[in-house]
Amino acid sequence: MLDVPTRRITAFADRSFASPADKAVRIAEASPAARFVVRGRAAVPQTAAVALGFPLATDVCRAALGGERVALWLGPDEWLVIAPEHEAESLGAALASALAGVPHALVDVSHRNVGLTVSGPKASYILNHGCPLDLSLAAFPVGMCTRTILAKAEVVLWRTAEDAFRLECWRSFGPYVADFLEEARTEFK
Amino acid sequence: MSAPFRLPAGGRIDRSKPLSFSFDGKSYPGFAGDTLASALIASGVHLMGRSFKYHRPRGFLTAGPDEPNALVGVGASDDRYTPNLRAPVVELHDGLVAESQNRWPSLSFDVGAINDVLLGRFIPAGFYYKTFMWPKSFWKSVYEPKIRAAAGLGRPPKDPDSARYTQVYHHTDILVIGTGPAGLAAALAAAKSGLRVLVCDEQPEFGGSLLHDLSSSIDGKTPAQFVADAVADLARQPNVTLLTRTTAFGYTPHNMIGLIERVTDHIAHADPKLPRERMWHVRAGEVVLATGAIERPLVFPENDRPGVMLADAARAYANRWAAKPGSRAVVATADDGAYRAALDLKAAGVEIALIADMRANPTGALVAQARAAGIRVETGSVVTGTRGRLRVKTAHVARLDANGNAGAPEPFACDLVLMSGGWTPTVHLFSQSRGKLRWDEALGAYVPGTSAERERSAGGCRGVYDLQAVLADGTAAGEDAVRAAKGMPGPSRGFMVTGSPATSGGYLGAVPHDRNPATVKAFVDFQNDVTAKDLKLATREGMRSIEHVKRYTTTGMATDQGKTSNMNALGIVSDSLKTPIPQIGLTTFRMPYTPVTFGAFAGASRGDLFDPVRRTPAHDWAVAEGATFEPVGQWKRAWWFPKAGEDMHAAVDREVKAIRTSVGLFDASTLGKIEVVGPDAAKFMELMYTNAWAKLGVGRCRYGVMLREDGFVMDDGVIGRIADDRFHVTTTTGGAPRVLAHMEDYLQTEFPHLDVWLTSITEQWAVIAVQGPKAREVIAPLVDGVDLSTAAFPHMSVRECKVCGVPARLFRVSFTGELGFEINVPADYGRAVWEAVHASGKPFGITPYGTEAMHVARAEKGYIIVGQETDGTATPDDVGLGWAIGKTKPDFVGKRALARPSMANADRKQLVGLLTKDPKTTLEEGAQIVADAHVEMPARMIGHVTSSYQSPTLGRSIAMAMVKGGRARIGSSLFVPMPDGVIEATVVEPIFYDKEGARLDA
Repeated sequence: MLDVPTRRITAFADRSFASPADKAVRIAEASPAARFVVRGRAAVPQTAAVALGFPLATDVCRAALGGERVALWLGPDEWLVIAPEHEAESLGAALASALAGVPHALVDVSHRNVGLTVSGPKASYILNHGCPLDLSLAAFPVGMCTRTILAKAEVVLWRTAEDAFRLECWRSFGPYVADFLEEARTEFK
Repeated sequence: MSAPFRLPAGGRIDRSKPLSFSFDGKSYPGFAGDTLASALIASGVHLMGRSFKYHRPRGFLTAGPDEPNALVGVGASDDRYTPNLRAPVVELHDGLVAESQNRWPSLSFDVGAINDVLLGRFIPAGFYYKTFMWPKSFWKSVYEPKIRAAAGLGRPPKDPDSARYTQVYHHTDILVIGTGPAGLAAALAAAKSGLRVLVCDEQPEFGGSLLHDLSSSIDGKTPAQFVADAVADLARQPNVTLLTRTTAFGYTPHNMIGLIERVTDHIAHADPKLPRERMWHVRAGEVVLATGAIERPLVFPENDRPGVMLADAARAYANRWAAKPGSRAVVATADDGAYRAALDLKAAGVEIALIADMRANPTGALVAQARAAGIRVETGSVVTGTRGRLRVKTAHVARLDANGNAGAPEPFACDLVLMSGGWTPTVHLFSQSRGKLRWDEALGAYVPGTSAERERSAGGCRGVYDLQAVLADGTAAGEDAVRAAKGMPGPSRGFMVTGSPATSGGYLGAVPHDRNPATVKAFVDFQNDVTAKDLKLATREGMRSIEHVKRYTTTGMATDQGKTSNMNALGIVSDSLKTPIPQIGLTTFRMPYTPVTFGAFAGASRGDLFDPVRRTPAHDWAVAEGATFEPVGQWKRAWWFPKAGEDMHAAVDREVKAIRTSVGLFDASTLGKIEVVGPDAAKFMELMYTNAWAKLGVGRCRYGVMLREDGFVMDDGVIGRIADDRFHVTTTTGGAPRVLAHMEDYLQTEFPHLDVWLTSITEQWAVIAVQGPKAREVIAPLVDGVDLSTAAFPHMSVRECKVCGVPARLFRVSFTGELGFEINVPADYGRAVWEAVHASGKPFGITPYGTEAMHVARAEKGYIIVGQETDGTATPDDVGLGWAIGKTKPDFVGKRALARPSMANADRKQLVGLLTKDPKTTLEEGAQIVADAHVEMPARMIGHVTSSYQSPTLGRSIAMAMVKGGRARIGSSLFVPMPDGVIEATVVEPIFYDKEGARLDA
């Protein structure tokens, strides 16, 4: 056995996000996380609660939260569960065991995605440079999440606070997404 | 420097901020608040350009975005240069550099003017179609280049645009477009509802026509004060967003409206962090169109000389910019509005020689005011011509007799001719929204009729001109928008207007004159140099529809889209054909309302942000190793790894030899990967792939072939069974999204009863391929918990295990024909594991290889690449994959199509190998194949080369080809005709190396 990689090298490993534009909109890498795609029929949301501590969201485009875990509703039979990195194995096993009795699919996508947080008074304005959705609080309240686009990349967007969003995209799109947001906030530098 | 025509007081310019600019190399003074046009007029400059076709001297026709003549190029350097800007809407800043266009050698002496003096009679309407027909070859080589050089507009800049451009999406409940009196009233009414209101105006400040109205009073205030108070009121409300310098240029379905905001063009030293322009993609719940109206020229002979301008434009230059457009004016009108202009200009010190009114008995209040002010008014009179080379010097005025014919003219000395043929509602955006226009006979105008979108028009853009009525109309439109958006309009507000008498009048068509109709030019479309004579000629030559007249004469086809000319053109055609205007039709209004820069449309999608560039976890390692890269879809893949002095051929040769003799290392991370999971996973796989899956053991892999419904090969890949209910599917790199969409489509529409779900895991796993006889020895020290012997872990197997201590899916698969493994590890560990494998392989001379060596190695083994050997018309049997079809399966996508007789035709193109007679000759991929060495044209082509390489392993060229009835031709010779000779090749089995596959089981 040779060296064991102890640290995840994400798509943002060499990137510094600090910018004079931070006061208007701050972009930061979300901590490396454990992620699972959960798919299945109607029994799944409640059944998953045994492992998760709370049922998967059944409200359309809403996040269900518990502690440091979140389950984002992405479709009537699709959720993205995000949890702290160290839970990758334990939570995966717990979910698999809890869901064993009901038809479902559980897939580890911890490394498939990268996460960014976009926050500050101009967060929605900057996101709207690539995202065509109405990001006003009335139309996209805190706790809302959806799969959408940012310019030419597919992303999952979740509003975590009035002026803060978490954005997830596939790993190789991370640099494009970050570069796009960086370009968009140039005017606040 | 002083500006001789600058009025001593008044205007909305800031006299405390003088600035300087240049036009055609000469320096001029101006003030903040000036436009390029107003500052030049204040300096007495009216010669602005040469016309498109005849190179006639031209000045300012208008004071706004409808300007057809005064087009300029602006920008001190080519990276900031914009051609074809309309001088009346170019805001002045200190140091602005502008130049005129379409003139040579200079604006005042232009050689091209010969078109007007000598050649004019030879350039009639339809001239291109008539003159440049023959000989055909002359069009490209002679006519077109000459015409392009002689005609046309500004020059495109040579340097890349250095400015930033951004785009942003915006949602609003109500969008108000235009902030003249109607738009302001609508915005005020809408704002009170608390709904989100976005208000935009193309000008630097809100107010529209109120900004040059010095005589009216609204609620006891001057119009300027009314505007200032209204804007302050709106700005205070948090639900209101105000955008100046912002043109609504396009109205697309579902109330999606494109706005272009000019952010920095008016600033001398703009902050480079700001975008030059910002494009707003606005999704509006409700829209209020308050876009006003455009004054019409009168079509009289020589109505295009510098100094001839629209009456209200002259009024605006004097009132709003304190720029006196001339010293002595002749006013030609068919509308009361010109009287207001005459009165205001007289007050500004312009001598009014006379007002020549076409109408026999104009009776409006303004007519009376003009007479009372001592202005000479001649009714039933028209201008029949003008004189003056670079500026109008004389206007000829004639009286119309009882039959409407012009009598002998009387000359009037002047340096300014004002004209007004009435007003045309600006219905462009309404029409773009697919709203149906309605002809209003009383107004003599098209006005908005039936809406197609959630919008309403207010004020001048629907033919309401009286200020009191306009304000009421705007209020009503604002309240209507609020109600439509399910909001509550506040208490309705009325406006008290005085000093703004109602007006009437208007004229469409050509003005009568006594001149020779064969030679005189009365311009309709100033920008494209279309005259009344041209339009009449078009009708004489048989054009009936306005769409045909437009294309034949080019009227309305310039960049101004006929803003000032379309209605007069309709009037002339109507008169010529003796047909009412509504029956002649109306041309379509197209986006954009005014020109939009390419930069704004591109936005951030330039350079590195043009398209996402996807890189694998080991990408930077390959960069450091000096790899060259090729784009595969959005991915960058290492192509080959040249060592010092190596060309591509040498590098690929070395890399392939390493795979065959020792071990190679390849980044296969870009392969598409889909995890198919659920109790019905195997059932679903049976349906999506031709192969049988039910009996595939856990831990085993199978090469799968996917067909489209038409039976043709769509994708392929190795699929591993991770568990009873879990398959790890791989796809081609480029096919990944297509395959997932195809599967999902069938799952949702045809097989929704199956309990199975699909998840893309392409990016979850970094894939490190280790291929070659030494592969096992390289990875053995890194793998935990798998017996790597062939007995325990044979070719086409998969295990979940740990590699370098991280969870892995280890495949024993090969796309090279050698003993091979593909290590899948979570992507964020990919780089570290890659380096560990590389280090472990050092003693064996492990050789990183790129996609080219991979292609060569697989071709030696005869493995196809979907999309290279196949072209969407190949069945599995065509490419030698008939064995992969589960013959006993009841169904799979494409099964029924494969049963069609033509799919088994013996003459189908089939995959074969080709060996050239000369082993050094490499065939060209894509080359056509014929059966006979003596090629007679047209040759009958029987196939084409799909893959061709120099094989390092065989030391000769190899090729794969799709050839009609190919398998029956094995052993015979075929021929590949190339420009420098016919190449002979022998047809062979499409496998060149290790036919038994013994090396795979090493």
